[in-house]
This record gives sequence, structure tokens and C-alpha cells, in this order.
Amino acid sequence: MFNRLSPENKPIAIAAAFVVVILLVGTVYTLATSGTAPLLSPVYLLQQLQTGSFLGICAAGMMMVILLGHIDLSIPWTLAAAAMTASAIGGDMALPVALGVGLTVGLVNGFGVAFLRIPSMIFTLGVDTVLRGLMVAQTGGFAPQDRATPLMLFLAKDKVLGIPVAIFVWAAVSIVISVILTRTGFGKSVYATGSREGAAYLSGIRTRAIIIGAFVISGMCAAIAGFLLTGYSAKAYQGMGNAFLLPAIAAVVLGGTHILGGRGRYVGTLVGVILIVLLNSVLSIMQMAEAGRQIIYGTVIIGMLLVYGRNTRIIS
Amino acid sequence: MKIYEKIAGWIRQNRGFAGALLLFSVLYLLYNILHPRGFSAAVFVQNSNESVALAFVAMAQTLPVLLGGLDLSVGAVMTLTSCIASTLVSGSPAEIIFGMFVTLLAGTAFGFMNGVIVVYGRIQPIIATLATGAIAIGLALWIRPKPGGDVDGDLNWALTNTVWDFFDTYGLDADAPWLRPFADLPVPVLILFGIALVVWLPFKRSVTGRTVYAIGSAEGAAYMSGLPINRAKIAAFTLGGFFAACGGLYLAIQTSSGNADIQQAGAYTLNSIAAVVLGGTSLLGGIGGAIGSLVGAMILRVISFYFRILSIDPLLQPLIEGLVLLVAVSFGAIRTLRVKNKLELFR
Repeated sequence: MFNRLSPENKPIAIAAAFVVVILLVGTVYTLATSGTAPLLSPVYLLQQLQTGSFLGICAAGMMMVILLGHIDLSIPWTLAAAAMTASAIGGDMALPVALGVGLTVGLVNGFGVAFLRIPSMIFTLGVDTVLRGLMVAQTGGFAPQDRATPLMLFLAKDKVLGIPVAIFVWAAVSIVISVILTRTGFGKSVYATGSREGAAYLSGIRTRAIIIGAFVISGMCAAIAGFLLTGYSAKAYQGMGNAFLLPAIAAVVLGGTHILGGRGRYVGTLVGVILIVLLNSVLSIMQMAEAGRQIIYGTVIIGMLLVYGRNTRIIS
Repeated sequence: MKIYEKIAGWIRQNRGFAGALLLFSVLYLLYNILHPRGFSAAVFVQNSNESVALAFVAMAQTLPVLLGGLDLSVGAVMTLTSCIASTLVSGSPAEIIFGMFVTLLAGTAFGFMNGVIVVYGRIQPIIATLATGAIAIGLALWIRPKPGGDVDGDLNWALTNTVWDFFDTYGLDADAPWLRPFADLPVPVLILFGIALVVWLPFKRSVTGRTVYAIGSAEGAAYMSGLPINRAKIAAFTLGGFFAACGGLYLAIQTSSGNADIQQAGAYTLNSIAAVVLGGTSLLGGIGGAIGSLVGAMILRVISFYFRILSIDPLLQPLIEGLVLLVAVSFGAIRTLRVKNKLELFR
């Protein structure tokens, strides 16, 4: 039944089906062990979406860059730098400062990749190391304020109408990204540049500006995630972003976005994030040891990609 | 005159490698001049011990990069093999040799699996190895849930010191006259260059090895020329797994323990990419080599050695390391200035 779907929708449908499978397996497990089905309760699902919102926002930014055929390895320390700087400044300026950090990192990344033509893999890695160095140098000698501001706490922990505010933030970011991708010239240019940059350039697209734009969006998304995460854990700390890089890439790819760029829908990334968050959660309910979790995690990614269908043999 | 032309031609063909070699020589010479006990065997031994694991992982990373891909599992495979070695490499000499053999075999098999997934699963290397890296870390955690282990003490001493100590440990004639010139060389450096010469150079010269370069330059053309594409890809990942296993085995012998540390595995993977680029291998594939990556890894390590003797504020160290890396890779931008047709930029 999946074969009738278009190549872009097939992975999304399979991933969504797998999400249902995860929920069913988890429910069967809890029914067998304790006789309850907490996984299907709205409270549990909302809680999962709340913890998934940080990963979701990172993945949204990452997707813009992957659509170009590039990658942003600077997300961990962009996230941490934005969070640490924002909480050090504190007060009303925290949010603009966090976004400013994300914007600056995005501009630097974009400049290196678009103008200096250094492969994004290594340039963003270097930027990540520099950011880490800056943060260590900034916080090492003395301890700046690292408490979350009231706005961070509100956005990450409070609920409106019984739904965590973080989910609203994630939804807002999602709407903005999907509108950009489907309704604006910038979005179309991202797909075109990702498919073949030379052709896009000859068609009159200013590909350098597009690349910089995508990296700026990625940096700002990481900054927003850092802002929220500070509120969620009540403080900013070094290494707070380390757990988000690889899952973000995995979520984007599991959602059907091609790692070489040019193809993919935002809905897929959304499903990919939910898949990873639920998989982690169900495995921890099953009290799976870290070793087993990592193995299952890797096997699922490989297995899903094999099911999605294989690339064409030769790319020339 | 002839020889100068030859050297000039070689440099023109191996610009990145020659630059890396020059940078390393200058950095290391200056380091030894500044070091209070510079140019001594003790300093040499210590420095080489700290470089070996990264150098092996960087060599492992080189092969997938030459294909135009990337292996995000090298650090994890190194961690996995060091955990295996920390449980097996002890006891009687036969048991030790068996343990080393199993360790290397495990890494090689893991690399082979990566290759099979990439070739027959037709999944992009970067994302396939992201997943297999998680599997490797999982296996490592399963073998060694807590850091620890036991590695033969004699082996540890013999392999992490000078050649003289190696002969001395195993009751050989350490003061033999023929050994004099080599006595002060560190064993780790010999292992590193020995494996590079015995494994890498023959591979590079073989049809399979040349196919790896051809795939990185233009896969379509390589396919049309009838080169064994699948075999070369699988061989590249397998050899990468072998090099990563060498790194893991050495790390286990050096530290006498294994530690399934996810952060450490990730750091090794990322540093290996940096080392590969510093060593003159193009991330687009087709240009470079494992020896260059070896030098690149040593450059990365020498930079961190400087912090010890220059009494730089430890808090500034990560920043300086990052800036050096960023500036070094930015030299790649010189290419963009030389390009005459703007469309060539978009490869």
C-alpha cells in the first residue's frame, strides 16, 4: 500500500505507521506488566511532546540546512551559547540576546560555507569548537548568572489551556518553517539550490544569500531551543546542547529529507522527531539499559532507511 | 637539477600534504626548542603515546572521505574495540595474541558491515554510519558497562616506551650494537608508521585502492570505466574499521582499561575529520591519503602540547584550539580565489 505514494510521502507514511507501532508495543508491554495503558493517555503524550519540543525546534532548523545539501554541526554549542549568554544578561533582554547569538552564528556559518566555500561539515565543526572555547573562557574564571529568567520558565514549563507552552512555541516554529518552505520564493530557492546549485545560480537565484539565510534560520532555531531548555532545566550549563545534534540529523533523515539536499517535506521532520522521542520514551519505560537503547536506536534508523527504498545506483 | 624538478612536481601534486608536513615540522621543532627538556627521548615518547589513537582514527576516517563520504562511526568503533581489548588482552602470551587478533577482527568486521550497508543498502555513508556508530557504542556499553578492565602489564610497558625498553621487557638483548641507532625511538611511532607502510601503501597502489580515488573524483566515470565500484567501497570501509581497531587496541593497551564513553567517541570522530582536512585530504573526495591524515592528527596534538609549555590560561585552550582549526581550514578558501569559471565553485 506504500508503493502508491509519491517518493516524498512514502517515508512520512512509513514513519507515521512506525510511530503507531511503537505506541502499540509500549501499550502491550505496560498492559502485560502493570495492567494499565499510560502511553495512550493525553497527559503522557503531551508530556512527550513537551520534552520533544527542544529536539523538534533544533530539527526544524537543521532541516533547512540539510535541504541545501549542507549540514550544521554547530547546533550543540550555538544552543548552549545562546542559553548561557541570555541567562547571564537576564531580564527583558534575554530573548533578543539569545536570538542575536543564533543570528550571529548563522551569519558566520553562512559566510564560511557560501563565500569561502569551505565544506559545511568542517566549517560548522570549527565554529562549534570556537563557541565552546568562548563559553569556557567566559564562564571559567567567574560564575555569571545562569538562572532561567521568568520568560524562559513560562515558555518551557507553564501550561495554557492544559497544554504546555513549549508545544505552542514548537508549533509556531513549525508553521513559520513550513510556510517559508512551501509559500515563499526563499523556500523554493532552498529546494532549487539543494538540488543543483549551479543550475539554481544560472537561473538567477542568489544562492549565496540562500545558503546564508538557511544557516541563520538554523542558528536561530538552535537559540530558541536553548532558550526553552534553560527554562525547562531552570539553568543554563555547558554541554546542554550535546544531546541534540545527532538525534536532530536522524529525525530529519527519518522524515524522508534527502541527506544530499533538494528533497523533503517539513511534515516528515515533525513525524521523525515524534518517532525518536517516543522510541526513547518507550525504551525507558521498558527499563532498557543504555547499551540496548543505543543498539535499537541504530538498528531502527538503518531498518527504516532500508524500508524507504534504496537510492539509485550511480549518481553522475 | 633533475631532482629539484622532481621534488617541485611532487609538491605541486601533493600541495595539501606538503603543507601539512611543513606545518607539523615547524610546530614540532619550535615546541622542542621551547620545551625545557626538548629533543629528549622522554618527551618524544610521551608525545607519540598521546598521538597514536587519534592518528589511527584519522587514518580510518581518510578512506570514507576519499570516497566522497564520511564515517561518523570511527570513534565508536575505536571505543568498541578498546572495550573488547580491555577484556581479552591479558593472560598467557597465546591468550594475549588471540585477544589482539579478535580485537582487530571485530573492528574490521564492523567496517565490513558499514561497507555492506552503504553498498547494498544504498544508504548515504554519513547517515548509515551515524546509525552503526550508535550500535557500536551500544555493544561497547554492553561489554563494559563501567570503565575498567585488565591489560597485560608487560605489554603496556613495552609498547608505550622506547625500543630499548621493548627489548628489555621481553628479555632480549637490549644493548646489542645493531640496536644502538634505534634504541631511543618510541615504539608507538614505529607501530604507527609500520602499519601505515605495510597496510596503507600497498592498498593505495592496488586496483581497489586506485578505484577508491576514482570513485571520489567521479563515480559515474569510474563506473563507466569498468572499475570494481562495490568492491572498492566495501574494502575502503573495511580497512577503515581495521585502522579504527588498531587505534582502539592501542588505547586499551596504553590505558590498561576500556571505557565506553559516548562523549569521548564523539570527540574522536570529530577530531578525526579535522585531522583528515588538515592533512590535505579533500572532503569532496578523490584527493589525499592516510599518511597526510596521520600528520594532520599529529598537528592537532602538537597544538595542545603547546599549552603545557607556554602556560596559557587553561580556560583559553578550547578557544585557541577552535580558532586554529577554523583558520587552518579557511586556507581552503584560496581555491575559490583561483577559480576562473564561477560555476566550478558549485561542485
